[in-house]
Amino acid sequence: MTAASLRRSRAPARLFGAGVVLAVVVALDALIRAGAVNVFVVPLPSQAIAAIPRIVAEEHIPLRFWQTSKEVLWAALLLATVGIGAGVLLYRVRLLRLATETWVGALAAAPIVLLFPLFLVIFGRSATTIVMIGFCAGLAPVILKTVEGLAGTRPVLLDVGRALKLTRRQQFWKILLPAALPSVFVGMRLGLVFAMINIVGVEYLINFGGLGQLVNDLAERYDLPGTYAAILFVVLASVLFFDVTERLERWLRPHR
Amino acid sequence: MAATAPLIRVAPPVASTARRVLAVRVAIVLAVLAAWQALAMSGLLFRDVVPPLQAIGGALATLLGRADFYANLGVTAMEVGIAVLIGGLAGLAVGIALGANRFLSNAFEALLLYLGPTPKIVFLPVMIMWFGVGVGSKIALGVLSCFFPVAISAAAGMREIDAVLIRVGRSFRASTWKMVTSIYLPAMRQPVVNGFRLGLGVAIIGTLLAETKLSNKGLGYLVIQSYATFDMPRMYALLIVLFVLSIGVNALIGRLGRGDRRAIA
Repeated sequence: MTAASLRRSRAPARLFGAGVVLAVVVALDALIRAGAVNVFVVPLPSQAIAAIPRIVAEEHIPLRFWQTSKEVLWAALLLATVGIGAGVLLYRVRLLRLATETWVGALAAAPIVLLFPLFLVIFGRSATTIVMIGFCAGLAPVILKTVEGLAGTRPVLLDVGRALKLTRRQQFWKILLPAALPSVFVGMRLGLVFAMINIVGVEYLINFGGLGQLVNDLAERYDLPGTYAAILFVVLASVLFFDVTERLERWLRPHR
Repeated sequence: MAATAPLIRVAPPVASTARRVLAVRVAIVLAVLAAWQALAMSGLLFRDVVPPLQAIGGALATLLGRADFYANLGVTAMEVGIAVLIGGLAGLAVGIALGANRFLSNAFEALLLYLGPTPKIVFLPVMIMWFGVGVGSKIALGVLSCFFPVAISAAAGMREIDAVLIRVGRSFRASTWKMVTSIYLPAMRQPVVNGFRLGLGVAIIGTLLAETKLSNKGLGYLVIQSYATFDMPRMYALLIVLFVLSIGVNALIGRLGRGDRRAIA
């Protein structure tokens, strides 16, 4: 089945799904208007949608979006340098890898974001705290996937390198890194997703920065339609981010 | 005898590697502790930002000896437990429905996949509006966090069930309930355990974060109280306890999943 025919076969289901979502929104609107749902708890969906242009204009959405994006970019830069660097180190020093790989795995399961009060003390209520939380939250997958990618290099490629008498440095840049790149990118994507979730979360919690702070601001002002619209905006921004990174990953891994 | 000889020759290097790995681990831990202590004594950072090890150890002992710690731990455990129960079961039901029906999967699974990794903490103001400032909003955030990984894993696990097993169930005219309990769930045990493992992890994070934002009980509340009163040794002690508990529970469920796989094999 070609991609186009697959899309066509899925179209009725997708339409049904969109229709159900729309029906839920319309039903909610009707329930609120009928007084079955308190308008001071859930605003009219139409009001929330109407609030979007208002918050875009009044709350400087492009600037906030840029602020959050900047934090994500800084975290990405740190992840790429420290995370990939640590992955390469663990691959090179086998004993260190055997000793610490399970620790890095455990780090992935740890609630890193709860360190935010500690980071507030160390870095203050600033973008550095947010970036550092994002970086720490995304570090484990980048390290683990880098090690996995390097360790998964086909032995025949390494043999070719040895046959050509490549130096260690040449072998790394010409063979190991290109072979590991798809896996490294998977790690970077996962790391960025974790980083982005935590960055927006900490922005909300410490009331500082871009999109997360917007939700907190509007909620504290009891601007209900604005709060719902801002949450919708955060969700849309997240979806856009995941979609872009997923497409990038597919572009880099066309054989998958 | 000849067959056992290579085994005898191979065993010592494996044991020596294990010993060296242990030595490296011990060396790393000691180096980190020594560096920490040196930093604490150096006065390079503000006093108490990096407290000496004995202060953290003392705070940890005090914390574990206090009854209010266990009361707050109980509150958080209760919130997380209820969240995983509601969110996990709802996710399981939705996952089974989506995995069993291609039309429903095409209609709704994209929503799950895209909404799953969004930052759930931003929904806290809405949860507070709906469920109040008490434990209800924390449980609701935990439910929301836990639902998505369980549903996504269950849907994927459902699709991986051997079609023969499903045909056998249908040929015996098994009811939907019988199909779920006797075929679907046993066959998709591994992805479901993995889903619950992920779900529990994010439910813990969601609940604790909600407690740090607006609460008067729970471990998240204790952490933010320590921050507010600048009781850094206590904050470190709490974070150590939280990390050990989270990683321990995660490892326990992971072991359960691996045990299941061995049992199946």
